[in-house]
Amino acid sequence: MRGRIWVFGSHVDTDAIIPARHLHTSDPAELARHCMEGLDAGFADAVRPGDLIVGGENFGCGSSREHAPLAIRAAGVGCVVASSFARIFYRNAINIGLPIVICADAVATAADEQEWEVDVEGGVVRNLTLGTEATFEPFPPFMKKLLRAGGLVAHTRRRIASGELPRRRAES
Amino acid sequence: MTPQTLAEKILSSHRVGGRVGSTRGDGPVRPGDLIEVAVDLVLANDITAPIAIREFEGLGVPTVFDPDAIVLVADHFTPNKDVASAEQVAIMRTFARDQSISRFYDVGRAGIEHVLLHELGLVIPGDVIVGADSHTCTAGAFGAFATGMGSTDIAVAMATGEAWMRVPETIRIDLHGEPGRWVGGKDLILETIGRLGVDGATYEALEFGGETVDRLSIEARSTMANMAIEAGAKAGLFPADRTTLAYLDGRTARAANELTADEDASYARRLEIDVAAIEPLVALPHLPSNVRPVRDAGPIPIDQAVIGSCTNGRLDDLRVAAEVLRGRTVHPDVRCIVIPGSQQVQLDAVREGLVDVFLEAGAAVSTPTCGPCLGGHMGVLAAGERAISTTNRNFRGRMGSLDSEVILAGPAVAAASAVAGRLAHPEEVMT
Repeated sequence: MRGRIWVFGSHVDTDAIIPARHLHTSDPAELARHCMEGLDAGFADAVRPGDLIVGGENFGCGSSREHAPLAIRAAGVGCVVASSFARIFYRNAINIGLPIVICADAVATAADEQEWEVDVEGGVVRNLTLGTEATFEPFPPFMKKLLRAGGLVAHTRRRIASGELPRRRAES
Repeated sequence: MTPQTLAEKILSSHRVGGRVGSTRGDGPVRPGDLIEVAVDLVLANDITAPIAIREFEGLGVPTVFDPDAIVLVADHFTPNKDVASAEQVAIMRTFARDQSISRFYDVGRAGIEHVLLHELGLVIPGDVIVGADSHTCTAGAFGAFATGMGSTDIAVAMATGEAWMRVPETIRIDLHGEPGRWVGGKDLILETIGRLGVDGATYEALEFGGETVDRLSIEARSTMANMAIEAGAKAGLFPADRTTLAYLDGRTARAANELTADEDASYARRLEIDVAAIEPLVALPHLPSNVRPVRDAGPIPIDQAVIGSCTNGRLDDLRVAAEVLRGRTVHPDVRCIVIPGSQQVQLDAVREGLVDVFLEAGAAVSTPTCGPCLGGHMGVLAAGERAISTTNRNFRGRMGSLDSEVILAGPAVAAASAVAGRLAHPEEVMT
């Protein structure tokens, strides 16, 4: 995927990605209208489909609200690249099928308005504006499978339907 | 067998999947393993449950795996703050009824989920608990492996009784010495976070030990486990000891046993904390790791003091606040809002006369809710305002306007500051 990047700093918390006053809804389109509002009130209006978010350390820290990656995805963002991610945000993004990439080398070259290309499967981030590239460790096979399936729900539905995942029952 | 940390022990006894992607099987886990685990309890609230329910409906299964293992709590925007919030709770209420989930806790019979779970005896040592709330780690106070996840994870856990996890490395925190007069669990965890940093324990588990732990109440342990996430940790675990079993006595019919890490367990790193040297602390805006002694923070004026939350909304916390506020009055420029953590805490606070103390001091006492902690309601801040709060996060805009500030503290410092109208050590007002 390829797009213009939006650069944010370290410790971007989920309150900043989607402030709690908007959590009385889970409608993705409504969440998208307030995406990144805590840091850049103009982001939601200006972001274009396929744009990328670039963060520093500990992106997505704080609350477990899945509204955060949902808002980012619904805003049309194709991928988040950061130096590191907070744990819950990381699994939420993978679970809903939002590609996220840990690549501090690429983040070090980031500036607003640059054009980047991210090859999630191949493990390469290209800074097209500067003509540089950086590699990252590809996802473990399990997470690749989740992303390819379109997220945890689709993956689990398939496993249940095929009988691969026997559901636990209440002990009687 | 390889000696194990508390987290490794509990996850080993709950693994069902072997390493994810390989065959399902049993056996000890190692840090870094991707595994599937059977969960004992699945938790969600009025903000996270609606998304979990929507995702659950996409899984193609008619019923939850065990209606008695699912706990749904209406606590964040309740009593419903607006129509949209009421609709969210209604989705949860309908789901609970349709799925025969008896552990749905509504206004008047509820409280903040992480206060409620404990007092209802729903957590015992060795449990694996997953919750769609980042402060699910609070249950680590009982020697349970409890961790926050997102709504989709919780949807799958409700359907299958399982969750995927990466087995965390463990950081051992050893606490030594006797805490000072006004030092509580909040100060001990702020000290820990100040030293680790807000991402110092990302993907890792914190395990607390040392002789100070023996003397900490379940309430203090709960405050500390609660904020493990504020260092990025996946879980924060205490050993289960006599204090744990005494607390659970009469609250659960399940067999609860002591549980500790193995002697020679291997830790990613160790942190030693001399508790006797810790002074009452605050975390200044805008990160929970921005910690310093309240005496060194300067006389920063405040507009609001909030005493409550899943961090410090238990009876012990209200007792400490009442001790400071008894016979004193809240500063005329300060709104002080006291929020008992559960219906039971509120009832106990009324019976002990604590509510009289708060009301006579000029504080407002609310029904249990997460409310202002996340800028929901019951005390949202305007631009330019600053609160001292016994809650857990001081991110920019967390409690309202993006131009407001939150300073974190324990109940003693929050109450003293409410009286002084500025940051204050309890000794400054207890003269």
